[in-house]
Amino acid sequence: MQKVLFAGLIGLIFGTGIAISGMANPAKVLNFFDFAGTWDPSLAFVMGAALAVAAIGYHFVLKRPAPVLDTTFHLPTARRIDTPLIAGAAIFGVGWGITGFCPGGAIPALGLGEPDAMIFVAAMTGGIVLARSARLAFAARANARDA
Amino acid sequence: MTEFTPLLSLAGGALIGLAAVLLMALHGRIAGMTGILTAVIPPLSPDWGWRAAFLAGAIAAPVLLGAVFGDVVGFSSPVPASWLIAGGLVVGVGVYFGSGCTSGHGVCGIARLSPRSIAATAVFMVATAITVFVIRHVLGGL
Repeated sequence: MQKVLFAGLIGLIFGTGIAISGMANPAKVLNFFDFAGTWDPSLAFVMGAALAVAAIGYHFVLKRPAPVLDTTFHLPTARRIDTPLIAGAAIFGVGWGITGFCPGGAIPALGLGEPDAMIFVAAMTGGIVLARSARLAFAARANARDA
Repeated sequence: MTEFTPLLSLAGGALIGLAAVLLMALHGRIAGMTGILTAVIPPLSPDWGWRAAFLAGAIAAPVLLGAVFGDVVGFSSPVPASWLIAGGLVVGVGVYFGSGCTSGHGVCGIARLSPRSIAATAVFMVATAITVFVIRHVLGGL
């Protein structure tokens, strides 16, 4: 219960940061990437501040034996820079460049009641479902072949 | 044109970083929107409750900001709906296979100096910039 309550509060902090920083505004995001046109450098300040706070905070937090509400830190274990990582990142970039929405910007934008944010999140959810089904199907076929 | 907002963007970025630190300090988890969202799309992951709460909090934030300060959160989406659908599908597929997005790789991953996150962030930033350039300056817009 504590986990759920505090996650809600942390989500509120995250969403507030996204909303006031401009990350929930597709026009602003697209202008950040438009160096040859209507460039708006604001998002460099978002990334810079978020990284500075997170890097310093993680430095101290990860020295502790465990998080407050769990028995262990759940850190990603993958180490290899492989094809899914790079191809996935490139595909994500194409979609971000088309729409100006990334997942972390789009979810808080839902709270603005904007239809465009809802359309994007519905389509993105569909994309995740498709990708997950495809991966499971490939894994099942590989298992059948190896058995 | 959008207005350059260095102070608001710095403050917003600091809050995003603070949320990432708190979620690690309390839950021991990466504050990555891709992972959190994927876990609440059925079939649900076993530990989905806190993730649903995080999403609810994130969605409630602009509602509360609006209630307290009025119409302060800028929003403008210059892209036609058909492209939002196509782009949304592409983003969903990309972040799933790429194991993360701007929050998970770009903030949390780089903050703990993960080589995978540094590589992924470099790739998606460049891919986004190329896409925007091609759409705006080669094709002349969508």
